[in-house]
Amino acid sequence: MDLGYDVLVEAGAGVSAGFADQDYVDAGAEAGLNTASLWDRSDIVCKIRPPEMHSGMGCHESTLIRDSRMLISVYEPALRQEMTARIAEAGGTVLALDAIPRISRAQKMDILSSMANIAGYRAVLEAGNHFGRFFTGQITAAGKIAPAKVLVIGAGVAGLSAIGTAVSLGAIVRAFDTRPEVKDQIESMNAEFLELDFEEEGEGTGGYAKVMSEAFIEAEMALFAEQARDVDIIITTALIPGRPAPRLITTEMVRSMRPGSVIVDLAAEQGGNCELTVPNEAVNDHGVTIIGYTDLTSRMAHQASVLFAANVFHLLDDLTPGKDGNLVLDIEDAIVRGSTVVKQGEILWPPPPLETSVTPPESTSAPSESLPVVESTPRNRAVSTLIGMGVAGILLIAMGSVAPASFMMHFTVFVLACFIGWQVIWNVTPALHTPLMSVTNAISGIILIGAMLQIDASSQLAVWLAIVAVTIASINVAGGFLVTQRMLRMFRKE
Amino acid sequence: MEVSAYQGAITGAYIIASILFILSLGGLSHQESARRGNVFGMAGMAIAIVATAFHDSIESYVYILIPMLLGGAVGAWRASRVQMTQMPELVALLHSFVGLAAVLVGFSSYLGSEGLYSGAEKVVHEVEIYLGILIGAVTFTGSVIAFGKLNGFITSKPVIFPGRHLVNLAGLLVCIWYGHDFIQAADIPNGMTALVIMTVIALLFGVHMVMAIGGADMPVVISMLNSYSGWAAAATGFMLSNDLLIVTGALVGSSGAILSYIMCRAMNRKFVSVIMGGFGGQSTGSGAGQTDQGTAVEISRDECGAALNNISSLVIVPGYGMAVAHAQHAVYELTRRLREKGVNVRFAIHPVAGRMPGHMNVLLAEARVPYDIVLEMDEIQEDLPDTDMVMVIGANDIVNPSAIDDPEGPIAGMPVIEVWNAREVIVLKRSMASGYAGIENPLFFKPNTKMLFGDARDSIEGLVAHLI
Repeated sequence: MDLGYDVLVEAGAGVSAGFADQDYVDAGAEAGLNTASLWDRSDIVCKIRPPEMHSGMGCHESTLIRDSRMLISVYEPALRQEMTARIAEAGGTVLALDAIPRISRAQKMDILSSMANIAGYRAVLEAGNHFGRFFTGQITAAGKIAPAKVLVIGAGVAGLSAIGTAVSLGAIVRAFDTRPEVKDQIESMNAEFLELDFEEEGEGTGGYAKVMSEAFIEAEMALFAEQARDVDIIITTALIPGRPAPRLITTEMVRSMRPGSVIVDLAAEQGGNCELTVPNEAVNDHGVTIIGYTDLTSRMAHQASVLFAANVFHLLDDLTPGKDGNLVLDIEDAIVRGSTVVKQGEILWPPPPLETSVTPPESTSAPSESLPVVESTPRNRAVSTLIGMGVAGILLIAMGSVAPASFMMHFTVFVLACFIGWQVIWNVTPALHTPLMSVTNAISGIILIGAMLQIDASSQLAVWLAIVAVTIASINVAGGFLVTQRMLRMFRKE
Repeated sequence: MEVSAYQGAITGAYIIASILFILSLGGLSHQESARRGNVFGMAGMAIAIVATAFHDSIESYVYILIPMLLGGAVGAWRASRVQMTQMPELVALLHSFVGLAAVLVGFSSYLGSEGLYSGAEKVVHEVEIYLGILIGAVTFTGSVIAFGKLNGFITSKPVIFPGRHLVNLAGLLVCIWYGHDFIQAADIPNGMTALVIMTVIALLFGVHMVMAIGGADMPVVISMLNSYSGWAAAATGFMLSNDLLIVTGALVGSSGAILSYIMCRAMNRKFVSVIMGGFGGQSTGSGAGQTDQGTAVEISRDECGAALNNISSLVIVPGYGMAVAHAQHAVYELTRRLREKGVNVRFAIHPVAGRMPGHMNVLLAEARVPYDIVLEMDEIQEDLPDTDMVMVIGANDIVNPSAIDDPEGPIAGMPVIEVWNAREVIVLKRSMASGYAGIENPLFFKPNTKMLFGDARDSIEGLVAHLI
């Protein structure tokens, strides 16, 4: 109304959310209209669900979107291409609320976030409804009550909302997400972030497993199985865009839970994170209640309605720059471009990728799996070590049987020295690798004494060669040690 | 060899010297004990030289003393003058000296061995000489070429001759053939021919091998030559029946081998493939992500300086570019000023940053950066997501995300510092040119990356001026 529009409201529109028609009239709108006249008189129709068959009017709503009339609703454009084509032919306009791009400017219009927030909140309440105990721990005259333990899987908007709600009820909350970067958010809500003990594998592959590899999922499932035995309530919110919900809670895990425990599966509509989830029902299996309601937001109709209305208002606010009741569809605007499915008969869906993105296309395939990693199992390694040592041993014996004894003695010294060097050098800190090289340079100037031993050789040429060798080896000894000294003197602590 | 009157005492001294050398290397495991370690090394060397001087076969002390003083003076002079940014060159040069000395001692030993050995001992001795000279010669020319590449006399791009593997193989076969000739030779002049031919081939091989290796693989080459110089010393020890030389050579040899291994692992490359060469320079097309990178966002010194005033943590990732620009002192000044403001400044060092192992640590130490804020890659990786800003100074391949994202790319699987996880990344660079690996760096196009173009030292000095 502040934007200069006249507002018409369908009769009984707000009943289930607790708003009477009179409330709308008090707010300055015209209420109590029947559906047909509403469609007839409006330029812009805002509703929640996508256009559908309307029994009262006896026609499909989509046929009413024509000429300059505009529909703003949840539309799921990917599923409705036929309808889109029909509307386009009739010259209508459709803005899909669920296609508003998720950029920071559009957050106030993001119905998905609003609804997920409600779903997360409601999930905890539903769980509490079926859970026979307190969330919070108490010490009363009648004895001690342990706090409930809640596990939240997936820390998106819904997950975080569930965490916040459960924490505020006094439960011990743990949360898990495959994205390590949400750890801070989880911890900021006083919940515990469960980390996978994935270090060993990560080291083995040389890179960090960012995408869920098989090994990762295995570790993840082991974590869930362990947690299932311990917690009282599990709330799962794990969704991967465009794919069925991942199966995270197996039947065995459910059966390992204590009787009376509750699982709330917010992914029920996409197939469920729990194997036993039945969409739209609360089922009981081995004493564990599994809630698969898909209408959690409608169960908080008032709140949902208020937030939804606010989102739509913000969208209209954005679309009405003059605040004069004239709606401007600026197709250059990223939000408008993303959400507009049809503009006066012109199909604009799907929108191009956002222009603001300068991120180069990152390959989202699992790189950790396809890296050229040389891996050998410990067993193989042991076998190859054994074979290697065997071959070396045979060679040594063969050599010892032909070489003179004095040579074998020197050789013993040589091999032992190699081993000592091997052991000692591994302890050198990488920061000192340069001094290590210069000091080994200096001590390999020990060849100096080799040259010294030749200084009185029988041949004149040999003597001259030895003299030159002494000279350059001395450069090495002096230069190497002194430069090492100079370098080491520079390393200082705070 | 004839038995010396002091032989027992000399052997005892050699044992002490060997132990001191081992302690010297062991001391380098911590900064605190490193200086003591170096002193141990000097003491070991002094004992070894003095003990050898008592050897019966040595009489012409003048011939020893004069060259030794001369060489020592040259070495000391170089050591005191060298700039820390030029350490890799110095180290390469010193390697070449060890190689050359091994060749000379080998020839000298052969010339002086007339009639000393017979039968199997003679064969073994000659094999030792042959191998010692071979390794020494390869070390010598290889190091000289490495020195030239580091110094810029020779292009740091890999120079690859057609059919080089065949050439190498042929060289090896010829060496073996002449080795056979050499051992069969009846007298020294006959053997000499074979020995000289082999030496020439080995010298050429050293040139050929290092020419084919690109600039980015220099850390591996330097450590490999370090290893060779050790083996050359050990081979000399065998030919002179001197246990101290054998022990020391083996220590140095295994030290270099381990360093080569560490460097290869830090690049996720096989040692053999580095030696086969040809890494840099070939513009190996990376599978995906090569096209349509988007645009890199430039930032001015003013903006960057302003941003620096608003951070509480900074990680600096230095690379070879910092050494080239001699920016380490400016970096220290920036670090000092920020730390006074209470900013948590730390350094992240990749194992192969720079041109030799530990190169960056030495530069930062020279600029008086305390070593306890200079961390290794693995130590800091986890902290990066909580870091306000990462400043990449003249580094490229070691912060390239395609090592992780692009499994087809030439550097796939190389561990890199994941700077892009920080909130903001500033890359100091002279231009958009690609790194030594010759591949694009998608880091520059990430939304949280800003480029600050210009000479690193000038840029950083400019930034210091903006600090409040």
